[in-house]
Amino acid sequence: MGWFKRLKDGIQTTTKFKKEAPDGLWYQCKQCHETFTVKELKENFYICSKCEHHARIGSHDYFDLIFDGKFELLFEDIRSKDFLEFTDLKNYKDRLDVAWEKTDLTDAICVAHGKVGKRPLCIAAMDFSFIGGSMGSVVGERISRAVDHCIETMTPFMIISKSGGARMMESAFSLMQMAKTSTKLAQLSRAKVPYFSFMTDPTTGGVTASFAMLGDLNFAEPKALIGFAGPRVIKETIKRDLPEGFQRSEFLLDHGFLDFIVDRKELKTKIADLLFLFENKEEI
Amino acid sequence: MVFLEFEKPLENLYDQLEKIRQISEEGDIDVTDKIKELETKIKAKQKEIYSNLTGWQKVQLSRHPERPYTLHYIQQMCKKFVELHGDRKFKDDKAIVGGIGKINGQPLVFIGHQKGVNTKMRQYRNFGMANPEGYRKALRLMKMAERFGMPVICLIDTPGAFPGLEAEERGQAEAIARNLFEMAQLKVPILCYIIGEGASGGALGIGLGDRIFMLENTWYSVISPESCSSILWRSWDYKEQAADALKLTADHMLEFGLIDDIVKEPAGGAHMEPDKMVKTLKAHIKKNVAELMALGEEERIQHRLEKYSKMGQFDIAKAKNKK
Repeated sequence: MGWFKRLKDGIQTTTKFKKEAPDGLWYQCKQCHETFTVKELKENFYICSKCEHHARIGSHDYFDLIFDGKFELLFEDIRSKDFLEFTDLKNYKDRLDVAWEKTDLTDAICVAHGKVGKRPLCIAAMDFSFIGGSMGSVVGERISRAVDHCIETMTPFMIISKSGGARMMESAFSLMQMAKTSTKLAQLSRAKVPYFSFMTDPTTGGVTASFAMLGDLNFAEPKALIGFAGPRVIKETIKRDLPEGFQRSEFLLDHGFLDFIVDRKELKTKIADLLFLFENKEEI
Repeated sequence: MVFLEFEKPLENLYDQLEKIRQISEEGDIDVTDKIKELETKIKAKQKEIYSNLTGWQKVQLSRHPERPYTLHYIQQMCKKFVELHGDRKFKDDKAIVGGIGKINGQPLVFIGHQKGVNTKMRQYRNFGMANPEGYRKALRLMKMAERFGMPVICLIDTPGAFPGLEAEERGQAEAIARNLFEMAQLKVPILCYIIGEGASGGALGIGLGDRIFMLENTWYSVISPESCSSILWRSWDYKEQAADALKLTADHMLEFGLIDDIVKEPAGGAHMEPDKMVKTLKAHIKKNVAELMALGEEERIQHRLEKYSKMGQFDIAKAKNKK
């Protein structure tokens, strides 16, 4: 028997969850806390090999996963500006500077033209890391020009949504991007060019209530949060807890708002299949 | 009469006027001069107060409990009006009303958010916060308007689309998005008037059209000043600052080119002289319907598509320059 007895427990965290490592080398799953090397994660399509959680990834990661090799970026020269001189606790201008500094991105959406299964496709993919993937004038304008490009070249269009909603710091201008993008998609639809809407975690607010829900086909990644109002706001409104799985992809599929859910591993094949099915050409 | 905080100086003058009127009714004292004097004073004070309203004060005016709501306007403007109910899919939403009416022989389809006039009715109307079936009823009526060549008039007055559990289950986002998509290419003219509150997607869901107008003391924004304060300032106490920062008044919206015109309100706001307001709105609708009906169907749609394509403020950067 020892002379001393420990009265308080020492470190409470189980060692299983405590794994520190330099940035950029290791990745810890947000869902099950399992740790992988970034290389392992990337090789597994950024999906946790233990719990199948799809990690949030950026526009360029999707381009690499989907396109057959090279692709061309479009409309990168369009930039946000602080037209309203909006100031809350920070200036909008400063927020923009920080976002440009911290990311390799020019705004919350990136447009690229490439080929998938040898068929052309134009993709506009959103980045959550740029001011929460919020939709301001630039997101609207890039989608608008992408639609013009697709009509001109008769190229199918796909948007990968990942956004917290409208960019408040652009006030009514951001609201009008809902009208603008929907109007452009109406034009695309009139030109009979297919539009695929692919929703990823999270897709909420004005983005869901405009282009995300307007696909000829709507599909999503597994377990992505998709909704109009955020879960916190709904909880405050109805004053009770939300059911398990509420506003997740599976819930939306069940309620009839998605065509299917696609695992990231099958994403490229699925898109290639769709492009093949929508192509109206006689087979030789 | 209900007076808002910044209208308190007026309350005093109105009280005096009321008292003098009573005196004149009771006795033979001639108070005509005194009444005239007070009325001039009231007018001057009104002018002083209402010509310098802040964003937040306009928000308060837009929510004035005595302000006329959608059905009041429609019933007063139209000789005959039949209200139509239901989305034919699920339910009849009480927060969005609609129907057919006639102004000077021209059949029109009216759609609008409806608020209640007392506590019971406010609950019945869900405070003007629509569910998906409201937007779907609106779309059903617009499609009917399209079949019969009737222009659509939308009257907007909502604190936002309802953020409820069932609203999400039934696709609040899809319902609003579908309306935007269909309104962009509807074959008949669409006129939209913000008659009170224009909050976010809930307002825009019946707010896309050939011409967008705001009554003088209304607001239109991507988010209410209260919610904006709670998100960006992390406190509910900065609504005044948020209202200023959002630049949500009719004057700002016209300056930005996001609306087409401002409809003047009587001194002190629409609720001070509702009959005068109805008359002004009716004349405004008549004029604009006539102008839009003069255009061809495809021309009108092209104008609408171009109008929305132009909305946005951005810079074009030099190659490789990050900013």
